[in-house]
Amino acid sequence: MTTLGTVEILLTLAIVVAAAFPTGRYLATVMEGERCFLSPVLAPVERGLYAACGIDPKQGMSWRGYTAALLLLNALHFALLYLILRLQFYLPFNPQGITGMPPAIAFNTAISFVTNTNWQAYTPESGVSNGAQMAGLTVHNFLSAASGIAVAVAVMRAFAAGGVQTLGNLWADLTRATLYALLPLACVFTILLMASGVPDTLHAFATVTTLEGAHQVIALGPVAFQEAIKELGTNGGGFFNANSAHPFENPTALTCAIETFMLLLIPFALPVTFGRLVREPGQGRALLVAMVGILGLGMILAYAAESAGNPLLHALGVDQAQGNLEGKEVRFGTALTAMLNVGATGTSTGAVSGATDSFMPLGGLVPLFLMQLGEVTPGGIGSGFYFMVVFALLAVFVAGLMVGRTPEYLGKKVQAREVKLAMLALLILTLWILCGAGLSLVLSAGLAALSNAGPHGLTEMLYAWTSATENNGSAMAGLTATGPLLAYGQGFAMLFGRFAVMVPILAIAGSLAAKPKLRMTAGTFPTTGLLFVGLLVGVIVILGGLQFLPADALGPIAEHVGLRTGTTY
Amino acid sequence: MLSHLRPALSLVVLFTLLLGLLFPLGFVGLGAVALPFSATGSLLERNGQPVGSALIGQNFTTDRYFHGRESAISGTDPKDPSKTVPTPYDGSNSSASNLAPTSKALHDRVAADVAALHKGGAAPGSIPMDAVTSSGSGLDPDISPDYAALQAGRVAAARHLPVDTVRQLLAAHTLGRTLGLLGEPRVNVLRLNLALDSLPAKGDTGVGVHTSSR
Repeated sequence: MTTLGTVEILLTLAIVVAAAFPTGRYLATVMEGERCFLSPVLAPVERGLYAACGIDPKQGMSWRGYTAALLLLNALHFALLYLILRLQFYLPFNPQGITGMPPAIAFNTAISFVTNTNWQAYTPESGVSNGAQMAGLTVHNFLSAASGIAVAVAVMRAFAAGGVQTLGNLWADLTRATLYALLPLACVFTILLMASGVPDTLHAFATVTTLEGAHQVIALGPVAFQEAIKELGTNGGGFFNANSAHPFENPTALTCAIETFMLLLIPFALPVTFGRLVREPGQGRALLVAMVGILGLGMILAYAAESAGNPLLHALGVDQAQGNLEGKEVRFGTALTAMLNVGATGTSTGAVSGATDSFMPLGGLVPLFLMQLGEVTPGGIGSGFYFMVVFALLAVFVAGLMVGRTPEYLGKKVQAREVKLAMLALLILTLWILCGAGLSLVLSAGLAALSNAGPHGLTEMLYAWTSATENNGSAMAGLTATGPLLAYGQGFAMLFGRFAVMVPILAIAGSLAAKPKLRMTAGTFPTTGLLFVGLLVGVIVILGGLQFLPADALGPIAEHVGLRTGTTY
Repeated sequence: MLSHLRPALSLVVLFTLLLGLLFPLGFVGLGAVALPFSATGSLLERNGQPVGSALIGQNFTTDRYFHGRESAISGTDPKDPSKTVPTPYDGSNSSASNLAPTSKALHDRVAADVAALHKGGAAPGSIPMDAVTSSGSGLDPDISPDYAALQAGRVAAARHLPVDTVRQLLAAHTLGRTLGLLGEPRVNVLRLNLALDSLPAKGDTGVGVHTSSR
């Protein structure tokens, strides 16, 4: 661990946090339908879309209406994406003549991209055509992210005023999030990435004759635009198999820092948006401090583990000054690789700039644990924010229990219905992860999918189910996820992880919106100071994390102990 | 639900056209016009023929060239489609080894690589980590300056060049951290090897001397 490496990480984090404030305020402006500097260009497009689709943006929806519209839209998107993937052979922009995806993988992939998970059971270079990448996967990178922003903003509105019956108009929220936030950002970063070396072309793969006279085929495609929204929308589905470790997705150390910036920007900005919409900036800042604190600590811990190197290889006479470079790229080294991988698991992006499977046991525990916390530090775009609100409600509930008073959050009484729904959202994920991983580890089909033996094999399977259920999408990629058990099992895990959380949270929002907004009194537990941040972090770690401690002890922690005693598997 | 059907269907179609065709194709066009080199894969040419991409590593195996890192890419065996065989630096694919730090396969592979490097004259304990580990993409275009320095003697001997010439070339091709801060020092192997091949007179004399001494 060097000072330089630590500075790389802390400086990048500081820049994102600084940028999150104006971005968050901008999001509040556009999501409330107010004019912004892009309105002269985009307002006519927005109005045109509403007119063409028969949308009245001012018509509010109840939480049930909002949820129904969202589920319908996602169902249609799933169907369209499934068809595109199955039929890609017959569709345009397929210079490599890639055949249709098999049904199980297409099902898994369509769910994966609709739910913002972007788990990749397929090999992109040989499994998805350029046309399907653009019209299928790229579109869903935008819309699953916009759906997250929409639901997050709907939840924010529930706290903004008392006696509110509607949460906003889903169609308008989706359109605004896409047109005013995601698309302009994606355009700016596409150009930055392209200028740094990320290809963007419809040419067939290049064939070159190497200096030693061999033929090398080099995969190409319309990468840059998809790469931009992949990070900005916390999607994480790589254009190439190696994801952001591939030199065409992440050509330089600078792009590695830029991509980390991109994937953290909107998740960090949403608490600021929240503070703005409820007219109490301190409320948003408290959530942001908890998110940044846990994530920053995670990045440093993972960097420490990776930079210390592998004692087993040290014993063979290999100098460990560069740290653990198995599965990592020379241009990034351990600091940038740890930073992007942890940033992408703290958000639900799931991109990787190096192989998580080859991380040191404790280095790999960090991304696993951040997912197990429920993807709230800062979590996926939108989904991280609304799940953070679940934890905030539970934190004030715990505080309320301690003093024997009905808890309140932003002047809204938190009662039995909300706490039950919040716990449902939390427990449903744990149940799915632990049952899925446990079952896969006793079935021969599950065991056959593992690539590593010993405790690391258990970690691989636990990681896969955690990643899918928490809608992260990163993998300890040695695992073969193409068999029916994992393709369908993980498909349902992603579906469940997205909607079995989103619907209870919209129900909570509906119930809280209708309640009167109480004035803060001397007896109200303040939810802005460091005391609240401490309580919130405690609730996240205890409720979110401890449920998984026994499983983690059998995986990464056991492997760490084995490593110390020089055991190989 | 039915009242939602029209907005849902039309948004799906319009967003697919806007975000899935109009913008991606627009950027492909912009790339072709404004950034033709990087937009088409940063391909390097020699005598008008493409010899590789500046961003993608190649599988160098002979002593005359600097070698890149281990590549864990594998593909189907052309002789028997039911088997997979190593296809290092296959640019139409990309993959890491995904071996755990406690993996016996990793341990054995590194032990074999270390033995080979010792045989080539590397001092015990001085082997840099990137010389024996496989990269994240299997296409890493770079190696560390330490690993390159370890190979300078071998390359100079194979080309009958003074070691200092090779070391000077290596120093000229060593890149520092971006902005003095980001990433790690590195050497682009393909660019270095291209520069080696284009070394003028000296290389030719070297070969000449070699021939006459035989």
